[in-house]
Parts: sequence; C-alpha cells; structure tokens
Amino acid sequence: MKKRLQELPLHIMLIPGVILTIIFSYIPIAGIVIAFQKFSPAKGIFHSKFIGWDNFEYMFNMPNFFGVLWNTIFIAVLKIIAGLVVPIIVALLLNEVGKQFFKRTVQTIIYFPHFLSWVILGGIFIDILSPSNGIVNEILGVFGLDPIFFLGDEDWFPYTLVATDVWKNFGYGTIVYLAALTNIDPHLYEAAVVDGANRWKQTWHVTLPGMLPIIMLMTVLSLGNVLNAGFEQVYNLYSPMVYSTGDIIDTLVYRLGLIDAQYGVATAVGLFKSVISFVLIVLANFLANRYAGYRVF
Amino acid sequence: MQKLTTGRKVFLTFNYIILAIAALLCLLPLINVLAISLSSKSAAAAGFVKFWPVDFTLASYKYALSKPEFVKGFLVSLERVALGYIVNMVLTILIAYPLSKERANFRFRHYYAWFFIITMMFNGGLIPTYMTIKEVGLLDSIWALVLPGAVPVFNVILLMNFFRGLPKEIEEAAFMDGAGHWRILLQVFLPLSLPSIATVSLFVLVHHWNSWFDGLIYMNSPKNYPLQSYLQTIIVTPELNTLQTDQLLEATMVSDRTFKAAQVFLAALPILMVYPFLQKYFMKGLVMGAVKG
Repeated sequence: MKKRLQELPLHIMLIPGVILTIIFSYIPIAGIVIAFQKFSPAKGIFHSKFIGWDNFEYMFNMPNFFGVLWNTIFIAVLKIIAGLVVPIIVALLLNEVGKQFFKRTVQTIIYFPHFLSWVILGGIFIDILSPSNGIVNEILGVFGLDPIFFLGDEDWFPYTLVATDVWKNFGYGTIVYLAALTNIDPHLYEAAVVDGANRWKQTWHVTLPGMLPIIMLMTVLSLGNVLNAGFEQVYNLYSPMVYSTGDIIDTLVYRLGLIDAQYGVATAVGLFKSVISFVLIVLANFLANRYAGYRVF
Repeated sequence: MQKLTTGRKVFLTFNYIILAIAALLCLLPLINVLAISLSSKSAAAAGFVKFWPVDFTLASYKYALSKPEFVKGFLVSLERVALGYIVNMVLTILIAYPLSKERANFRFRHYYAWFFIITMMFNGGLIPTYMTIKEVGLLDSIWALVLPGAVPVFNVILLMNFFRGLPKEIEEAAFMDGAGHWRILLQVFLPLSLPSIATVSLFVLVHHWNSWFDGLIYMNSPKNYPLQSYLQTIIVTPELNTLQTDQLLEATMVSDRTFKAAQVFLAALPILMVYPFLQKYFMKGLVMGAVKG
C-alpha cells in the first residue's frame, strides 16, 4: 500500500480559523432570533420576550419601508448595469492600444481609486461637488450652467451615487475583461484577417465572442448584489435632505438599530435583506455553474 | 503587419484621447483636493483653487499634524494594520493550504470549505454581530477591529486556487524526501506563492487601513478611533463640528476646507505609497486566483 500524508496536521491548521468563524460569524447568525424578540440589551438574548412576527409587521407598516426598498433596488441595479458596461468598453479600448507604456500608465492610474475608502472619497466628493465653491460647479459655470447641488438634491442624488461609484470602480473592473482578452487565441485573429475581416469585424466576430463567457458570468453573479446599494458610499454622502431617494436598506438598519435602539425591528429589516440576498446568490451561483461551469471553490 | 488605414488612424487617435481623459478624470479630483490643501484659507474659500495651489502654504498640514486626535488616530490605525495583517495572513495561509488538497487526500475538505463559504453568502447582520462583539467583551478594544474579520474568505479562495495551480510533482517530491504538511507548506508552497501572497497582502493592508465603520460602532470612546473613523466624523457630520472647528480655526491661517483637504490627503498617503510597489503583483495574482474556476 502506498504511504500517504497524514490528515491530522490539516485539521490542526484549520482549528484557529474554525473557532474564530464560529464566534464571529455563526454566533451572530444564531443571534438572528433577536428579529423575533422584543429585545432589550439589559435582559439579553435569553430573557427577552418572544413576539413572533411583530417586528416584521411593524417593518412592513413603516411609512418609508417600500420607498427605501425601491431606492435600494433602483440604485443597485443602475450600479450593476454601469459597472458592467463601462469596464467592458474601457477594456476593449485598452486592448487596441499598441504602446505598452501608455497602456500600463493608464491601467495604473484607473485602478487606483478602487483602493481609496469611501471616507476619503466622501471628503473629496463633498468638496468638489459643493454648489458654492466646488470645482465641478465652477466648471459648469464656465459653460453658463447654474450650480447643481449633486449631493443635496433628491433628483440628482441617486445618479450622483452611480457616477461616483463608477468613478471609483470602473478601472478595477476592467481587470477580468482584460484577462479574458489576452486569453483569446491569436490564431483566430490571423484566420479572420485571411478571411478579409477588417478591425471592426475582428472585434465583432472574434473579440466579443471571446469575451462573452466572462461577460455572462459577471452578469449572472451580479444578481446577488440587487439589494446591495453600497452602504459605505451612501452613508458618507447622504443627508436627511435626500432620504426620499437616497435612503437604502442598510442605512435604515443602521439608524433603526444603532441610533434609535430598536434592535428587534432593525434585525428584522436586516434579516429580510439577508434572506432575499441569500436566495439570489444561490440562484446566481447555480446559474453560473450550470451555464458557465463556474464554481466558487 | 497590416497597413494602417485612415479610419484606423482616426480611431486610434480618438482611442488614445479617450483613455487619456479617463485617466485624467481619475487624477484630477485628487489633484484638486491636494491643491486646496496647499492653498491659503481665503483662496480656498473663494473657490479660486483649480489644479495648482494658490498662495502656497503648509499651514493646514502643520495644523493637522499638531492635532492630537489626528495623530492618535494615525497611531491606532498603524497598530490595527499591523495586528490585522498578521492575523489575516496567518489564518488565510493556514486555511488555504488544507482546502487546496484533493478530496482523496483530505476527506473533510468539502465540509470545511462549505463551513467557510456559507459565511460569505449569509451573515447575522449588523445588530446580532454588534451584540456578539459586545457580549465577548471586545467593545473599545483594538481586537474588535481585528478578530471579527480574522478569516477573509475571499482571500482564502484566491490563495487556495493559487496553491492548487502549483505542480503536484513538487509536493510529491517533498513528501518522498520525508517532509510533512507543515514543512511542505512553509518551505515549498509559500516561497513559490509570493505573487499571490503579495496580492493578498495588498488587499489586507488596504482593507485595514481603509476600514472606518467598525471603529465607529465598536469604539465607545473617540480617543480609540482609527484615523478613518475619526475622519468620517469630521467630514460627514459637519453640523456637529462646524461650530467647534470654526471657533478653533479662527485664530489660525487654516480654513475648515483646507484643513479637511489636508487630512484627507494625509489619510490617502500611505495607500499612495504602497500602491506602486504592490500593484504589479496584484493584476497577475488576482487574475490567477479569481478567474480560474
């Protein structure tokens, strides 16, 4: 019989990670019972009164709940679409660049905003988008346009969120598509040239089909983000002036729970989001696996 | 070589221009804020500053660096990054290695893998997580910023996929020479995985430097805030601070605007400094880890 490596050391390696994951991920999952309690921190989870579905009833009866749900989906879906389209176009453009130095310089610059926090970017955007002395409105003024209060006007706010999100992430988003582009077999282009295809036809018949699997995969996987409108961004850019169009589920949970101390209701709203997101993620992964052979691990 | 047609030349010219504009759009907001931070109080307030400082002065930086909250926040952040980096890297490596084994060689692989993956798909949410950390007694402790995110599952998957891509023969050869799992991991796998380790390092360092929300909710006392949590409170809740800072600032050469700009730029500086060194790795490392199924 062939000697094999023992499995015991593998278990030992996993022990610390398993313990920490139980404490900080699985115990909070068990803590979801708070959603069904009239929870008070003084009584704790074991002595607070169970009230069935009351918190959920309260949630659905809140005057702003469906507005917030709509804001969340609207902002998230716009971000998903823009977050797919812009990086694909930029990746295609970068792929046509012959000068390696130029290409690398552009890549280095456009990846960078991804690595800045929304606190830093909040500071930057609040300054440059200011209606009184921000540079964006100064420039609009040159063209004779009135100042726009991008972060304080409820009509503009959702689109400002989408635009600033694209600004932060479009460069980074090109990485997967550029990888797919470099994996396209060069022989396909040669064959296309022999068949008399010009550049546009090559793009249409070779490049795009070559990218299609990864585009499909990214589209399907983004399904899991339909309720993720981006807490960190919204929290740093919104204000009561734009709650009507800018308040999202995650910010609502934060205010209900940690500002108003309505722990039960906040947990119920959070659970509502987690459950729907979970279903969407499982569905997305199932579809991705079924049609693209994608596996998480 | 194909001969360039006129249409192709026009396209390429536009292509270079569009991409140059895209890159500039990424840089200009940062340059604008940098210019404001280096300008005088009156020029900044009047909106005269574009992309070059007006009445150059370092007053805002001197003022920021003399503020105890700012300096303390910087130190807390450094401590957090150091602790968080060590904990995250050790756990990522220790989990990625066993999970990279075939099921035939590690029968429980799939149970462990699902155990970790599930936490990516479902979590307890804000309130139960907060209550757990409170019950464990971590409020106001630096460990509240390190331990809850100790297992970064996304990075584990990245490194695991990299390990799986290493040739099987290397492991078998080491095994024949009498090496056990620990030695194979430390002396064979890790030295071969430096691009991937660099990628994960970049993510972990940036993540810990940038995190602000956990500091805001788990630290009862603002004196324990990491830099980004402190910045969050001065940037985003201006109503609470304007009065106070305006009074403080009255006697100085610094305006609220230049002062904020200087702090924002200082907080971004460490990222600006590590980014050029690590970015050449992450493209390679990320693509190898993430795209492969």
